[in-house]
Amino acid sequence: MQIRKNFPLLKNKISNKQIIYFDNSATTQKPQIVIDAVTDFYENKNSNVHRSINPLAEIATREYEAARIAVRKFINAKKNNEIIFTSGATDGLNLVANILGKGVLKKDDVIVLSMAEHHANIIPWLMLKEAIGIKLEYIQIQKNYRLDIGQVKRILNNKKVRVLSIQHASNVLGIINPIKDLINICKKNNIISIIDAAASIAHTKINVQSLDCDFLVFSGHKIFAPTGVGVLYGKEDLLNRLPAWKGGGDMIREVSFEGFSVAELPYKFEAGTPHIAGVIGLGRALEFLESMGFKYIKQQELILTRYFLKAISKLNFIDLVGPFNIQDRLPIFSFSVQGVHPHDIADLLGERGIITRAGHHCVQPLHDKLSLPATLRASLSFYNTTEEIDIFVKEIIKIHKMFI
Amino acid sequence: MNIYAQNILDHYKTPRNFGSISGAQIKHSEANYSCGDKLSVDIKLEADVVSDIKFKGTGCAISQAAMSILTEDVMGKTKKYILNLKFDYLQKLLGVPVSESRYKCAVLGLMTIQNALKMKGNKKN
Ligand SMILES: Cc1ncc(COP(=O)(O)O)c(C=O)c1O
Repeated sequence: MQIRKNFPLLKNKISNKQIIYFDNSATTQKPQIVIDAVTDFYENKNSNVHRSINPLAEIATREYEAARIAVRKFINAKKNNEIIFTSGATDGLNLVANILGKGVLKKDDVIVLSMAEHHANIIPWLMLKEAIGIKLEYIQIQKNYRLDIGQVKRILNNKKVRVLSIQHASNVLGIINPIKDLINICKKNNIISIIDAAASIAHTKINVQSLDCDFLVFSGHKIFAPTGVGVLYGKEDLLNRLPAWKGGGDMIREVSFEGFSVAELPYKFEAGTPHIAGVIGLGRALEFLESMGFKYIKQQELILTRYFLKAISKLNFIDLVGPFNIQDRLPIFSFSVQGVHPHDIADLLGERGIITRAGHHCVQPLHDKLSLPATLRASLSFYNTTEEIDIFVKEIIKIHKMFI
Repeated sequence: MNIYAQNILDHYKTPRNFGSISGAQIKHSEANYSCGDKLSVDIKLEADVVSDIKFKGTGCAISQAAMSILTEDVMGKTKKYILNLKFDYLQKLLGVPVSESRYKCAVLGLMTIQNALKMKGNKKN
């Protein structure tokens, strides 16, 4: 596969075994052009943005803002102003929860989440609950691991509901939620919609204008860009209406000892020196993806999903936590192996160069609900291969044999 | 040799001193919440010497096997001796190197037994 050659780490070995990287939901590997963009910035362009008047700062600022345009195009936002750079999905969710908490939410307002949310989309709301007394309601997951749409409609009809904050895809179950339908219900009921696209961004095209969501967040590192950089998309009128949250350099127009006035969008929400090299790397990663196209990515991932599900369906000691149905599903597979704790499997797979994750994947409430202390997760990307799945399955069978 | 040596797997599959002691003076449990390893221990002390110890638990092979091996080792030892045991002693008992990422699994059993012995109110027999 030609495209795989772009990812230097995938060529490495661990204990003399070719690396099989099945932990893409934790973070993805980086293509050479992203690594080069980061190196080039520090070697040739390093300076601060939006501050000094000098030729280096001018280059840095230009490239930083070019990345904003790349993001706008990538998610089809209307305006560059609607793209706020953050440190990641977690930072974006905290930012939006806090500005809503400061600007519009009141005691007893209801925030709706799903039962499968990542801690990053639960804890900021639990903090607001402690701070101002909002209430949380959770949409159930059905036996087929999908959302209960009947229940969604009932919940969202409650006049007290002000916000729906929900993941586009689950980083545990691998399901894709019908967010377009959910956002439509929100529109009818005057509910603010927030989409956590952290798990889906590398797998499926996002178009914020056709989704018509109010906010959307994702992390750069889950889409082949550096860690420590992410995006909050917000509709311009909402971002304009909401108060700033973090204070510092870049986010102000004027400061005196007595007060301040905030800068225009998007700087109003970008206090402090940002991760400039990371942002530039993100822009480059998105261009790399665009050049490959989501059609190709989908096609590859569908092949891998079919192959993986077929392979594990033959193993009667594996219990998949997620649908076997490939409709609206990503190549993210969490499961338990009867008689073997996930940590033991991950450890043994690691010795064979196979990188997976064991635990609750920062989604502990869902694991509690399913009465599972932990699962093993294999999360694939377009650069993985069916040969890698064959090796993975062979090793799982061997490990299971060791333990029975 | 890796941590899944025959000895560890053997203790995991057929744990020694597994069960409970009715009327034990000391009962205690601990857990690693992040991974779900759980251990509970019953200890009978006679003149500060462990005269019987039994445990129950669920979790990974390392946590369960380490506990099984420990219960065999501490049987007949004094409370003071057990409270002084450190991780390197456990590592020697296991006979295989424990990586940093599995430290919490390996040490849970020792922690459970030591915390059980430290509990208030179990001074007298
Ligand atoms: C669905 C979902 N939301 C949020 C996050 C948090 O992302 P980050 O840790 O990059 O901020 C993750 C990462 O695992 C995720 O999968």
